[in-house]
Amino acid sequence: MNFDFSDDQKLLRDQARKFLQDKCDRKSVRSILEDNQKNYNADLWSQISELGWTGTAIPEEYGGLGLGMLELCVIAEELGRALAPTPFSSSIYIFAEFLKSYGTDEQKKKYLPHIASGEKIGTFALSETNGKPKPNNIKTQHASGKLNGSKNPVSDGESADYIIVAANSDSNSNYNSLSLFIIDRNDTGVNISSLDTIDPTRPACTVDLKNVASERLGDEGSGWEMIDNIFNRAAVLFSFEQVGGAQVSLDEAKKYSLERFAFGKQIGAFQALKHKMADMYVKIELARSNAYYGAWALSTDSNELPIAAAGARVSASEAYNYASQENIQIHGGVGFTWEYDCHLFYRRSKLLSLNIGSIRQWKENLISNLEKRNIV
Amino acid sequence: MDFNDTPQEAEFRKKVRSFLEANAEKRSTLAAKPKGDSGSSISSAGAPETVKGEDAAKVALDNAKEWQRKKADAGFAAILWPKEFGGYGGTPIEQVIYAQEEHDYFVHSGYFEIGIGMLGPTMMAWGKDEDKKRFLPKMITGEEIWCQLFSEPSAGSDLAGIRMKAEKDGDEWVLNGQKVWTSGAHFADYGMIVARSDPTALKHKGLTYFYVDMKTPGIEAKPIKQISGSANFNEVFFNDVRIPDSQRIGAEGDGWKVSLTTLMNERLAVGDPPGLDFDQIFEASKEIEVEDGLAVKNSEVRQKMADWYIQSRGLQYTKYRSMTALSKGQTPGPELSISKLVTASKMQDVSSYALDLMDMSGMVHQDQNPILKNLFQNGYFFSAAMRIAGGTDEVLRNIIAERVLGLPQDERSDKKLPFNELPSGKN
Repeated sequence: MNFDFSDDQKLLRDQARKFLQDKCDRKSVRSILEDNQKNYNADLWSQISELGWTGTAIPEEYGGLGLGMLELCVIAEELGRALAPTPFSSSIYIFAEFLKSYGTDEQKKKYLPHIASGEKIGTFALSETNGKPKPNNIKTQHASGKLNGSKNPVSDGESADYIIVAANSDSNSNYNSLSLFIIDRNDTGVNISSLDTIDPTRPACTVDLKNVASERLGDEGSGWEMIDNIFNRAAVLFSFEQVGGAQVSLDEAKKYSLERFAFGKQIGAFQALKHKMADMYVKIELARSNAYYGAWALSTDSNELPIAAAGARVSASEAYNYASQENIQIHGGVGFTWEYDCHLFYRRSKLLSLNIGSIRQWKENLISNLEKRNIV
Repeated sequence: MDFNDTPQEAEFRKKVRSFLEANAEKRSTLAAKPKGDSGSSISSAGAPETVKGEDAAKVALDNAKEWQRKKADAGFAAILWPKEFGGYGGTPIEQVIYAQEEHDYFVHSGYFEIGIGMLGPTMMAWGKDEDKKRFLPKMITGEEIWCQLFSEPSAGSDLAGIRMKAEKDGDEWVLNGQKVWTSGAHFADYGMIVARSDPTALKHKGLTYFYVDMKTPGIEAKPIKQISGSANFNEVFFNDVRIPDSQRIGAEGDGWKVSLTTLMNERLAVGDPPGLDFDQIFEASKEIEVEDGLAVKNSEVRQKMADWYIQSRGLQYTKYRSMTALSKGQTPGPELSISKLVTASKMQDVSSYALDLMDMSGMVHQDQNPILKNLFQNGYFFSAAMRIAGGTDEVLRNIIAERVLGLPQDERSDKKLPFNELPSGKN
């Protein structure tokens, strides 16, 4: 039984943590939160790219470091802890993974080295309206090599150089009509308008497409299948980000409860708060263990991945939502001020629990995959 | 990351498997555990029920003793014990491997867990050599069964508040008082008991630890019928029970320290969660109809089941993390402390929700109820006990808050006063 990260991976974690403590403090997070003109911290992005984080799990032949998915999980947890305001998840967990899994050799050569080096940023555009994306609400159409439609919200769309767009490639709109296409955001016909989000350190936008040139990624009509697979992979990585953020929420709640006195003692000495923090701890430990299992499934290409990913995703989303909520509660009045940092986690936790599908959706994925496997 | 045994672990597992295959009956994975055994995860439960007839109980006990004998002969009865006391001299990871494998077989080890898991190690740490020689080998073989006489009517979560009197009379001690929640007291041969030898000392200082022969005149065990209808526990009355001073374990006044040895081992004795979990309600949901068809197709049911799944598997994977630490020869982190807290409430939620799904027939609690043999009805009652036994939810949350998170201890008014001056609501 070796259900833990290796010593080398733990060393990477320590280095990443130290680096981010130094280069991505709360001031740096707030500089993005409070500046409408900035979508991400460009300095931080170029530094982590130089360190090779963006190329962690991209093969060497395509300009990456060729390390494994476990190393990427380690980095994800640290980015989550630091609330890093970068497009890492869109570009690396999603865009790069789509290319790695479904790109032709030519496409991999064309895109991955630039993504690995961090010099270009990629993202994915799926949703078009409120509610769960599904065939009857995806209207974007691909015909004669051109894309027409409108996508929103698209995470990191304003920062992106390349966007993978989900569009119907025939006149139907069903589970076999969706295909994926790569576009260059600088091409004619691409119109981007920014959207406010609940966490401005993780921005989104609307992408309007009018006769935009595109190249297909993967097989025609297999869009939903590819999306399921890449979202499963991304879910594991997101779960590590979420566990990281949840852990810091608990740590900060605890720290404050030991500093703040009321009724003649530290508020952390009251059972009502002790038990609340114990509950935070329990949810985070369960989420961490589920995330580890996801990491194992991801790194070994196990056919357990759909179940492991959904378990990790649900567990981590619930843990982070709870921890960030109760962190505010433990802080009392100052917890809902702009000045204190609680809201940074409150924003991030909710945003992360929505950006590749809600908890509700992932619970449904979990049970339907368990039904399919019928393995319990 | 992998789930593979090390070569030595694989070798050990092979040995265990071939022993079990040759000597025990495998249970089907989805079969409910027998009523009364559903608490084998808590070391203080797992004893047979007594209300349904003493004959059946005696047969069960005899079978268990026979099994224990085989286990002892094969060397697997006390894996963590040193060889000199008849143990296997094994490692914690080997103990876990054995428990994992035995879990798949239809055997009863509950009768001996308290002795081998908790009381034996206490005797090894604090007892006299002649006692170790006399008692430990028979504890392993199951020839003599031991019980733990700790809790009292006025001392549950606050164990150090016990009132059982131990008064010295020459070379003897006289015990007077009542113990409660004692598993197996009615069939145990011996017990270990902590009693108050000096009520004028501070609460934790006035205690002394002994062992007693359960057949000593003046000891009377009475089963306690629980809400489940089973009787896994007893109350045990002590009336002028005279025992020689040679049965003292540890020094006079050191009873709390000795008790802590017992209790520390209790935490290691906690085994696999009982068999009422996500898997069972998932199976049941495929058989039960709700308003819009099969329960398994109902969106609310699916959402709920997903929550139980992540709790259940989260605990399982947490155990893997602990096993990894053990396998590397490290002490597992505090993550294990969450197990019972999560398991007990989950079991209560699952069983209560399953009864809701059954609608009117959920009311029926008798053996011919076709749906999973009363599993959820039993769980509904048993889980209420499980949230209390072996540390209440509230005590466990306090332990996590204080020992894991390092939050301040509760303010206590009982640390500075002599025991007999503490408020008790009675004096």
